[in-house]
Amino acid sequence: MARSFDRIAATKPVVFLLALVPMGWLAWKVSQNALGPDPVAQLEHNTGIWALRFLLATLAITPARKLTGWNALIRFRRMLGLFAFFYASVHLAVYLIVDLGGFWSQILVEIAKKPFVTVGFLAWLLMIPLAITSTRGMMRRLGRNWQRLHRLVYASGLLAALHFLWQVKYGETIAAIEPVFYAGTFAALMLARIPHRLIKRRTGTPAGSAPANTTRSQ
Amino acid sequence: MADRIGLPINPSEITPESVYLRRRTLLKGLALMPSLLAGCSDAVEPPAEAAAGDELPGTKLIFTRNSTFSSREVQTSSKDATHYNNYYEFGTDKADPAQNSSGFKPKPWSVEIAGKAGITGTFTLEDILKGHALEERIYRLRCVEAWSMVIPWVGIPLAAVLKRFQPASSARHVSFTTVARREQMPGLGYPVLDWPYREGLRIDEAMHPLTLLAVGIYGRELPAQNGAPLRLVVPWKYGYKSIKSIVRIEFVEQQPETSWNQSAPDEYGYYSNVNPAVSHPRWSQGSERRIAGDGFSLFGNRLQTLPFNGYADQVASLYAGMDLVRNH
Repeated sequence: MARSFDRIAATKPVVFLLALVPMGWLAWKVSQNALGPDPVAQLEHNTGIWALRFLLATLAITPARKLTGWNALIRFRRMLGLFAFFYASVHLAVYLIVDLGGFWSQILVEIAKKPFVTVGFLAWLLMIPLAITSTRGMMRRLGRNWQRLHRLVYASGLLAALHFLWQVKYGETIAAIEPVFYAGTFAALMLARIPHRLIKRRTGTPAGSAPANTTRSQ
Repeated sequence: MADRIGLPINPSEITPESVYLRRRTLLKGLALMPSLLAGCSDAVEPPAEAAAGDELPGTKLIFTRNSTFSSREVQTSSKDATHYNNYYEFGTDKADPAQNSSGFKPKPWSVEIAGKAGITGTFTLEDILKGHALEERIYRLRCVEAWSMVIPWVGIPLAAVLKRFQPASSARHVSFTTVARREQMPGLGYPVLDWPYREGLRIDEAMHPLTLLAVGIYGRELPAQNGAPLRLVVPWKYGYKSIKSIVRIEFVEQQPETSWNQSAPDEYGYYSNVNPAVSHPRWSQGSERRIAGDGFSLFGNRLQTLPFNGYADQVASLYAGMDLVRNH
């Protein structure tokens, strides 16, 4: 028992460092002036895509646990979720400060009037309460409501996938492949949850109360 | 055999009627536009010669700089201008055109002139260029995707070329078509747009002195990815109006179908004048990210977008009395 606990605890810093690799890689590219003719666009695209990847990885934990039976996976979920929030925040900061910096009046117009910006911004907003309540103390304090609150991640994932999909130009089949892939992954991860829920409802177990408790108590 | 164009006077000497009639307005416009008068005073001399295009493969061209029509802003590097652009016939990524166009053969080239004009037929590129002196103009290029460049083009005013074909008075628009060679242009395999690519200009827009028929960039022949061997540059309109690799020019009575307008009429109007007041569903057009200079900077690349891309003094009169939001 103790030995397996140690192993996961030891793996965490490794995962943490790995999750920072994209950021480091981008920072190195910036320092080398290697992001091409429009570096700001590249920064926006790359930080956004990594936010989406971490968000999907977070959402993949539960189905992966069910599939593999490896319950320890849950212990990486918070870190992955926080990295999704981290990359989304960098993404937003690049957009607001680096790209639109100084054009303050345009920022409001963009967020209010460009549907793809609106949904992207909402996806980020919804992650804020999740990040704030990700501590063990908050989990304890919120009890069952923690689980309810954290279902916001589904909405955030949907909006993030939409944010990416919405930027494809008319008729651009090749450019659509990537956003469609991510939207499809999101849909698959959602579908993977449905039978679970239905089974639970039939057996009368309150939806999703068990996982967090068993896994968070260490 | 194609008709030869034989005219007693040098075509470049012909002043388009619309320009002649508006000569006072044009002069006034120029006088009010100090940035365009770069050549008139040493103090406002262009910062440098056009950025060297030494790494470009094309043959060096002989031309004179048209300072009156040239921007003094910091230019885009020739590398960026030739390796980051849209030319969907070679792929939809902005790196695709440079990567996928090596098999494109711009020589020999001929252009079909058709429609309401005195002289029609198929002409070689050499025929079309004969008798015209090449000039260099440094223009701002504003993409509808809200980025922009400053590029030195080499070419001839489109008006000078069109005049030689004696457009009929019934010719109200000019329709242009891009070449579509499936085997040389891999992007044509995807139904992104209704190929071949078509664009159009109202006749007075086509005849406007700013409208350039370009054959070169950075002092050299156009590379394939930038629309070799013959393309339009219409600096007050979004980039897609500046059609590349032209194989057909037709004088028409009615407003012609244009590719982007056909694909999404709400997003891409026929006129497509750069207009910060008309927002695109994805890109608000109030400002733009300028890709220029050699210095790398993440900050300070954003500029306010100007009506008609800063060429309002010269072209706004073309649209007097028009609702530019409806006719976007």
